[in-house]
Amino acid sequence: MSNPSNWNQASYISAQAADARINIEIESEGTVLNLGPQHPATHGTLRIVVKLEGEKVVSADPVCGYMHRGYEKLTEVRTYAQVTTLINRIDWLGSFANEVPFILAAEKLMEVEAPPRAQWIRTILFEMARIANLSVFLGEMGVQLGAITPVFYAFRDREFVLNLIESATGGRFHPNFDRIGGLKEDLPKGWLQSTQQAMVKMRHFCDELEQMLLENEIFQARCKGVGVIPADVALNYGLSGANLRASGVDWDIRRDQDCALAWKHCDWKVHVLDEGDSFARYKLRLQEVRESTHIIDQLCQSIPSGSIMAKVPKIIRVPPGEAFVNTENPLGEMGYYVISKGGLGPFRTKIRTPSFNNISILPWLLKGVYLPDVITILASLYFILGDIDR
Amino acid sequence: MALVNKKFFPKPLSHILNNARKYSLWVYQWGLACCAIEMAATFVSPRYDVMRLGVIPFPASPRQADLMIVSGTVTDKMAPSIRRLWEQMPDPKYVISMGSCANSGGPYWDSYSVTKGVDQIIPVDIYVPGCPPRPEALLEAIVLLQKKIATEDVSQRWIQ
Repeated sequence: MSNPSNWNQASYISAQAADARINIEIESEGTVLNLGPQHPATHGTLRIVVKLEGEKVVSADPVCGYMHRGYEKLTEVRTYAQVTTLINRIDWLGSFANEVPFILAAEKLMEVEAPPRAQWIRTILFEMARIANLSVFLGEMGVQLGAITPVFYAFRDREFVLNLIESATGGRFHPNFDRIGGLKEDLPKGWLQSTQQAMVKMRHFCDELEQMLLENEIFQARCKGVGVIPADVALNYGLSGANLRASGVDWDIRRDQDCALAWKHCDWKVHVLDEGDSFARYKLRLQEVRESTHIIDQLCQSIPSGSIMAKVPKIIRVPPGEAFVNTENPLGEMGYYVISKGGLGPFRTKIRTPSFNNISILPWLLKGVYLPDVITILASLYFILGDIDR
Repeated sequence: MALVNKKFFPKPLSHILNNARKYSLWVYQWGLACCAIEMAATFVSPRYDVMRLGVIPFPASPRQADLMIVSGTVTDKMAPSIRRLWEQMPDPKYVISMGSCANSGGPYWDSYSVTKGVDQIIPVDIYVPGCPPRPEALLEAIVLLQKKIATEDVSQRWIQ
């Protein structure tokens, strides 16, 4: 150490190291906050471990599995009819929408197609499930921001749709109405007229919420520019559904893929917004509910007559093979990969649920936001725990 | 309270106390799965309106609650938390188990991750069958619980 420049360098390095030590000492350890597993904002039992620095989020880790019921394993020991009963309960708010892709996958393996009337009824009930599902979101979002009134409106008007689903299928929540090759029963008398009347009420509900929340200053201040997801990030994380469309990606499986359902026979449009924030996600879902009512109206008018069941054997054995069918569920893309070995039930089922991918963005999205905004972002992403954990 | 300590509680006083307790049930909502939505429909929907029965569904914590409604699938991962929050409730406490899953495991009776019945971890007063039960069924359960509270002998409940 004879060279003075080396001396300088050494002292500089030690000074730096000392500074770093002091920095470590001064830096507080921060707070670790457990959001959930029983927290109203998490729509069930999601737990999020949030590390806070002051009021800013340093990191957020979602902990799943509190609602894991082992669906994929259970489908291996059930017959096809029993699987339908089970998978109703994945996304419990839009139950009918869960059945359809699985039944379509089984029909694809059996090379059966449901008759047109069954396809129409399936699509109507599918869209009703969407309305029943998203109307809860439209009300709940207000609750997370401290506005209690919208949720009363939502649960009041949701009953109209639930009553219709019940009168057609027999189940308020879990219809279990789909069969391989068609449907269980035909629609009751006068159902289509009362559906159209209920759709008028749902449109009125959308108008009310638009006035109550979207034009509300506090709602705008807390949602606009909060939780912005750019389009490329949304695609990289595999978001789907309204979360993706609110980020400006024009992608809807109902329109972009051809399946044996009746969306291609009616005139509707896919709403896309470019902002990607919480406000856009809310606004988009509101528009989707309104669009769904129009789809149902058109389908009620154009519904064909005829049989509701294709010719299938009484005891269903699906021939060996593999099939994947996905549809645009209320929460996003839902798909079933069914492997059959010719037995009474599927050999293996892989369930692709939208919420699981939608919440995978949380660690990225919640970094650096303030704690009160975490609740807004969680509410606006809209996930259902049964859909995440299966 | 001196009366209670002597293992004697006058009947009229018991009647008044029980009536007061049965019409101010603070509910801790343990919403877990599908049944949670039917529970929400019971509590917030103007059609069912549970508050007319004297049930108040918004306590800030289990420490302020008298009644816990376990609605939905209880998984093995969730069970310890349920037990823990039940222990935090002050003593005259009641539990309603809502739905097949909370009663017995329901459609997941052979699943590897589901607790087959919440009564394995906490004592249950009223079982509500159904998958999920209708809101009317939950209202009926609350009425049954109120009947149970009305006929309770206070000295038996608190003095061992």
